[in-house]
Amino acid sequence: MTFMKKFLGATAVLALSAGAALADPAIIFDLGGKFDKSFNESAFGGATRWAEETGGTFAEVELQSDAQREQALRRFAEAGNNPIVMAGFAFGTALGEVAGDYPDTKFVIIDMVVDAPNVRSVVFNEHEGSYLVGMLAGMASKSGTVGFIGGMDIPLIRKFGCGYAQGVLAANPDAKVVANMTGTTPAAWNDPVKGSELTLAQISQGADVVYAAAGGTGVGVLQTAADSNILSIGVDANQNYLHPGQVLTSMLKRVDNAVYEAMTAGPDVVTGINVMGVANEGVGWALDDNNRSLITPEMEAAVTAAAAAIADGSLVVHDYTSDETCPALTF
Amino acid sequence: MDLMTLLQLLDSSVRLATPLLLACLAGLFSERAGIFDIGLEGKMLVAAFVSAGVAYVSGNVWVGLLAGIGASLVLSGIHGLASISFRGNQLISGVAINFLAAGLTVVVAQSWFGEGGRTPQLAGAARFDPITLPGAEAMRDVPVIGPIYYELISGHTILVYVALLLVPLTAWLLFSTRFGLRLRAVGENPAALDTAGVSVVRMRFAAVAICGVLCGIAGAYLSTALQAGFVKDMTAGRGYIALAALIFAKWRPWYALMACMLFGFLQALSLRPDLLETALHFKIQVQLLDALPYILTVVILAGFVGKAIPPRAGGEPYVKER
Repeated sequence: MTFMKKFLGATAVLALSAGAALADPAIIFDLGGKFDKSFNESAFGGATRWAEETGGTFAEVELQSDAQREQALRRFAEAGNNPIVMAGFAFGTALGEVAGDYPDTKFVIIDMVVDAPNVRSVVFNEHEGSYLVGMLAGMASKSGTVGFIGGMDIPLIRKFGCGYAQGVLAANPDAKVVANMTGTTPAAWNDPVKGSELTLAQISQGADVVYAAAGGTGVGVLQTAADSNILSIGVDANQNYLHPGQVLTSMLKRVDNAVYEAMTAGPDVVTGINVMGVANEGVGWALDDNNRSLITPEMEAAVTAAAAAIADGSLVVHDYTSDETCPALTF
Repeated sequence: MDLMTLLQLLDSSVRLATPLLLACLAGLFSERAGIFDIGLEGKMLVAAFVSAGVAYVSGNVWVGLLAGIGASLVLSGIHGLASISFRGNQLISGVAINFLAAGLTVVVAQSWFGEGGRTPQLAGAARFDPITLPGAEAMRDVPVIGPIYYELISGHTILVYVALLLVPLTAWLLFSTRFGLRLRAVGENPAALDTAGVSVVRMRFAAVAICGVLCGIAGAYLSTALQAGFVKDMTAGRGYIALAALIFAKWRPWYALMACMLFGFLQALSLRPDLLETALHFKIQVQLLDALPYILTVVILAGFVGKAIPPRAGGEPYVKER
């Protein structure tokens, strides 16, 4: 470790003489942009929190095209920024190329595992968070039918749906879960019109709570649910405020915590795989003034108990990506 | 399948078919005049963004609609300038418009609203609300006809009825007026029209402008009637499906209505895989239904079912003297 520190000191001096920032952390936002009301904005929030609390500064860039990934990584690494945080699974390939060339720089990638000695891979247990909001849906539903609308049909989104269905059935074993995917191409992340129609189709099948894990498509789902006077569940960031009193809750993915922790650790950040689950507040559910009236004390107590059980390991939520099957839902 | 389920399915078909129909009629005017238009998608996208943005700022959806039509007309003007005045390649110009629209909407939305390429959610008078036709509430309890009238025919936004009325209007304009005759002639044999003393350039610009107006309505329908705001790339390939519908309809307005309704129905059906499974007793892949409009178009193009002959002068810039 002392050797490492000396070495880092040496590179820092080099970096200083080159007029670059002294081991400031850097963050790269994905194509959605840092004000996407969701994933990237959450990452930005974590970085801002770190800067406000420590008085430090960080370098940042918003990508404009896929081709810039490797270029942005190399630029920050050459400038001596450490650690370099990147938000999004799409950086996987570029980081695999770059990581080996800068063995003294620590990289933090969110939502993806990259196997290199100087990379910290942060992954989230989305199935656990989805399980919790699924329980709320199961308890809030009067019809006994709830819906799930996924974006692009990929294993990650099935992981959301599978956890959700398990939670619904845990709260109400007789409940029916209607699941639809928006599509099989990336266009499925930005088709709110189809999201709306899927919501209406699920309503006609009796659904009165709909969970959207579909990026921009979810905007249409939440809108139509509010227009039709049924409840919806948001995803990633807290989306309760979009339609106050009509969004039951949101499945929180605390990307901000992941970024905050990485920046706080600085160049000494621990590499390897870092799993963010219910236990370390990596995922959870949102309760604020906008949805307080929708959550009864019994619901809150049941979900809090389930979260505690997941945290101490007495309740295990099946992860779809572990074996590509789901006990509670067929896709 | 009971009547209510069927009606909900058809209701969904009408909503999904409307943007296709508007874009399809837009393409019909343009292509009948000999200007191929790949850029329907881009024009719809820009109109969707501008109408949502202006509707949000002004709080009035009609102002938004006009602004959306205006934005679509600007792109139409660019397409006309490139392909009519400068005799450029119409396909390349159309593709350029699509790229321009995809990028520009997000960039402008970001600098205007700072919400990651979206517009804020629209509410109240900034949105088109569904209208209940007269007598729909009263007739609701009449068996069979009541639900059909209440669920299927009534309860859409005004733009749906506008789109449906545009079909007979287009048919009349194209086949019963002097303007329509000239418009079709300019797409078949512009030299003959020129000989008769009619300006080819003016006719083609008129057609491209009508195309712009219709694309503008289609885009505004997406962002202010079906949705309450703009999301990047929200047209999601509808402009291309409309082009497929246009070929499927063999460039005729009534057939265009049928083709768009069919494609809308297929899209609505793909949202309800459970219905198909109970009806057919085996699981059918949703992707197959999504691809069906394109497959049908290829079948038509291959000449298995009738023959689709495009306007003869389509795609060729008109040169007075060779």
